[in-house]
Order: sequence, then structure tokens, then C-alpha cells
Amino acid sequence: MARRRLKKVLPGIVMWLVRIFFAVVLAFPFYWMLITTFKRNTDLNNLKNNPFLFNESPTLDHLKLLFNETLFPRWVANTMFAGLIVVIITLLLAVPAAYALARLTGQWGAQLGIGIFLTYLVPPTLLFIPLSKVISFLGLQDSLWSIIIVYPTFTIPFSTWLLMGFFKSIPRDLEDAAMVDGLTQWGAFVKLVIPMSVSGILTVVIFAFTLVTQEFVYALTFISSAAHQTVGVGVPTFLVRGDVYYWGSLMAACLITSLPIGFLYNLFLDRFIEGFTVGAVK
Amino acid sequence: MAVVETRKLTKVFKRGNVGAVVNVDLQSREGEFLVLLGPSGSGKTTLLRMIAGLEEPTSGEILIGGKLVNDLTPRERGIAMVFQSYALYPHLSVFKNIVFPLKAQGMPKERRQKQAEWAASLLGIQHLFDRKPRELSGGERQRVALARAIVREPSLFLLDEPLSNLDAKLRASAREELEQFQKRIGTTAIYVTHDQVEAMAMGDRVVVMSQGAVRQIGTPADVYDEPADTFVATFLGSPPMNILPGPDVIVGFRPEHFLPPGVAERMGEHISFGFQISHGEYLGAERVLYGTIAGGAFDGRKAVSRIPATHAVSLPDGSLQTFAVALGDVKFFDPGTEKRTSPRSIPA
Repeated sequence: MARRRLKKVLPGIVMWLVRIFFAVVLAFPFYWMLITTFKRNTDLNNLKNNPFLFNESPTLDHLKLLFNETLFPRWVANTMFAGLIVVIITLLLAVPAAYALARLTGQWGAQLGIGIFLTYLVPPTLLFIPLSKVISFLGLQDSLWSIIIVYPTFTIPFSTWLLMGFFKSIPRDLEDAAMVDGLTQWGAFVKLVIPMSVSGILTVVIFAFTLVTQEFVYALTFISSAAHQTVGVGVPTFLVRGDVYYWGSLMAACLITSLPIGFLYNLFLDRFIEGFTVGAVK
Repeated sequence: MAVVETRKLTKVFKRGNVGAVVNVDLQSREGEFLVLLGPSGSGKTTLLRMIAGLEEPTSGEILIGGKLVNDLTPRERGIAMVFQSYALYPHLSVFKNIVFPLKAQGMPKERRQKQAEWAASLLGIQHLFDRKPRELSGGERQRVALARAIVREPSLFLLDEPLSNLDAKLRASAREELEQFQKRIGTTAIYVTHDQVEAMAMGDRVVVMSQGAVRQIGTPADVYDEPADTFVATFLGSPPMNILPGPDVIVGFRPEHFLPPGVAERMGEHISFGFQISHGEYLGAERVLYGTIAGGAFDGRKAVSRIPATHAVSLPDGSLQTFAVALGDVKFFDPGTEKRTSPRSIPA
């Protein structure tokens, strides 16, 4: 009797253990950032303390340092601005390109698509030498616009490739139906293809935006003055001085920038996963 | 005036290749249910898509209501189309799917609502208005697709195998429903199918196509009883017409006209064949006998006979019998062109 009950309950228990394990692993970095943000340096640096808990009373010193003595708010604003423009440029170019490759060119489309994806495989460490020439030619050194110009060179190929998959999964019949129902090809694209590819477009938005917040090599190479930095470069260059790490402020900066992105990502998680064309075609 | 007319309509997909549709001349009549019938790859769907404006003809003309529409976009042609997949918009509710064409026309909201209710009531789907296409059964989806097609009262209906995705039982009832529906609203319809039963049951006229060309246009009785060539003769009917190639003529007759001894004598003027039965199938209402012609000019040619089960004649496998066909039921085809020719004497 007891054994039978155990047999019934056990799979549930195992499932929950697995879930809890992954939840803890994934949430731990956030917990670590949070606790470090508010810990006193004496607490942080004392090896005898339990690192998982507050051993002394919490402090706001690290946040004060971050906001008052660095240009953190400026970096965040720079990142948001660059991110927004990069997302817009990426969508404006990748969406039509992907649609054209998926629909309008037949055989050519598939090969061009692969070609585009191959360009994405060239490592950025190789590309930044020629790109720095381009930047200096355009006179954009030490300007936020340098990265706004450079980032789309790798967000666009990847996004085009990704969106191609989404557009291809939309049955052709639907567009034909929309055209018979009274839309132009452009109308069918705007009113049908785009709303049905929301998942893909959101993925592109998040991808392009995340890239801007975390990219390091180009931002470091092309921008030198603190006022023009993005978060990804500004925080490590100004909060790591020689061998002195301002751990509390570093973690605070990480937490503040990663939370909104994590939150956004979770908000649209269903959208990313959702099989969106179910029911369109039997 | 013909609702739809095509003149020498041709579509070649790849330059240098054979056309998918070749020189098709077609005229539909007002209120008619015209069925395009052919095996897959015969060009029937391409023809339909050209009429819809979704495919550009390589040459030839398309007229709708007497007006040349070659250069018009699909939306300017005033047609409605039901797709094989139904092509319901998955992100929109049933109601929004139905009013979609009206919205595209810019019809005011109140009239849209009224019109959608009218279309839905014709098909009995008002209760589904708030559902999404993925929450519907196959039959319901088909009705929604039909409602979306009729909602703006088109001058012409195009249907591309709308029943092929339903299971066999539903298909029979949906077929009848669709037929009744078309008669009631009286809109000219062009219907594409590869299913001869659908074509025979629904069509006022049937257009039999093969390899891009029209082989025959006629009523279901015409194409079945008076096939224009051996393709039509063998494509329609199950089992198909017996085709016996002789030295200077091809002789054809339907299995149901190839009758056993005892029946043949009552038919008046007839032709007899020796029939070596290889095996028989009992199908409940009828028996189908497979075998070969024995003796004469057609010795060794395969033939099939279909006789009602009510004929209680013993016809064991392996036996040699004398079967006969009434002279009026024998069709003659030219061995060169495979087209029908006038009756001739049958070589002995």
C-alpha cells in the first residue's frame, strides 16, 4: 500500500526537485548580485564570514559610489539610446530582407540566406581592424554613433536569417487569401505576415538590444571618453582600477541593467515558444 | 455572357519547359458549377490561380464578366477563393476572419457586422464568432472559409480542393452541403478537384484536364458516356474503361457494359468476346471480374467486367466464358491520336 502510494508520488517529487534545482541555479547570480550590492566591504572581504548572508548591517555606499562618482546613469542612457537605434535599424533592414529571401526569389533565396549567415561567422576580433578604418573615414571616432553604425553589421545578418525561418513557416496560402480578400502584397505583409511573426520580431528586438548592452570589443575600441561609453564598457573600466575591484558597485550595476532585460525576456517567454501558426493550415 | 472566359491561356513556369497550362479555352456560364478535374500536375490549380490573379499567365487572355482582367490584381477582380488549406488567419477570431475582406474594402463597421451575420447564418456558424481557427474542427474551418468567401457577395467563387482535408465521412456530407449552398446563392463557381466522384456529383459541367491541356468539357454524363479520348475514358470510372488496342482501331467499353452469358443475349445487337477470368472480387453490391480477352484480334488484352451481385451466375476463377457488349456501348478511338472516331467494324 505504502509502496503504491510512493510510486504515485515519486515522479512528482523528482520533477519538483529538478525544477527547484534549475530555479536555484538560474536565480543564484541575481541573488549574489543583490546581496553583494548591499554588503559592507568589511563584510565582503572577511573570509571567515558566511558569504551567503549579511554578517553586518546592509549599506547603500556602493549604490552611492555608482551613481555619484561614476557616469553610470549616462552609460545607461547611452546604452538605451544606442540599443533603440540599433533595434530600429535592424528591424527596418532585416524584416524586408528576410521576407524577400523567404518569398520572392525562389532558389536564389535559400543560397543567399546561407551566405548571409556565413558572414555572421566571421569573428569580431578579426573585423574590428577594417571597421576601425571605416569609422575613422566617417569621422565617428569616440562617438556613440560609431557603434550604432557597427552593431547592425552583425545584428542584421543574424536577424535576417532568423526571421527568414519565421516567414517561411507562414503558409503562402494565407498571403494569397489576403490578396484575394482585397489586400495588396504590401498590405498582406503588413497586416498578416508581421502580426503573425511577432515572436520572431520580438526575438530580434531582444537579441539586438542585448547585444548593445553586452558588447565589449567594439565599444572599447571605438569609444574612449567616459561620457560616450555604454554600460558594458563603462562599468568594468571605471569600477576595476588596477587590481582594486569595486565589487559592490560592480554587482549593483550588473543587477540594475540585467533585471529589466531578464524581466522583459520572461514577459515574452510564451511568445518565443508559442507555435504561432497552429490552426492556420490543417 | 460568360462569367469567366479564358482564351488560349498558357502558363510556362520555366522557360523552355512544357507548360503547366497550355492553350486553355474555357467559358463558364452564369450560375454554373464548373469542375476542373484532373490528376495531380494536370494544371488545374495553376489555371484556377491564374483566374484568381495569383499567377501571371505567360500568354492568353482572361475575361471576367466580359472584361479583360489580365492586368488586374486579385483584389480588383471581384472574386472569392476557398483554399485547400482554408487559409484562415490564425491570429484572428472567426468573426474577424469573416469581416477581413469587408474591412479591406473599407466597408463601415455596422454594415460589416450585418454582412458577417448574414454569411454566418447561411452556414450556421454564428456561435463560433469568438473562437480562433485552431479551436475549430475541420468541418467548422471549412464553413468559416466559405463564409469569408461569400461575405462580400463576389461575382465568382473559386474553390481549390476544399474537401480534400476532411475525413471520408465528413467529406460526403460537406460535398452535399456545398452543392446545395452554391445552388442557393446562385454564384458561379469554379471548383478544382482530383476526385472524380466529387466532380461527377457536384459539377454542372466537368472540365477534364491532363498535362496542362483541356481534354474534354461536358456534363458529367457526357464525359463519362462519351469520352473524347482514351485519357478521359480511363481517368473517369472505377475500374476505368477497358481499352483494347487493335491493329487499326482502339476499342473501349465500360466494365459495367461487359456482361456475362445469359445477359448478353438479351441486348440485341452485340459483340462477343472470349473472356478468360483470372480472378473475381466480391464487393457486396457488385462483382468485379479481372481477366484477359481470349481469341480474336484482341487476344491476350486485359479486361475487367463489373456485374451487379444480383446476377446469380456462376463465374469461377480460371474459367473461359463468352462475354458480350452491346454495340451502342462500344467506343472507338484512333490509335494515332487516341481521340474518338466514328464506329467502325471490329476486326474479328
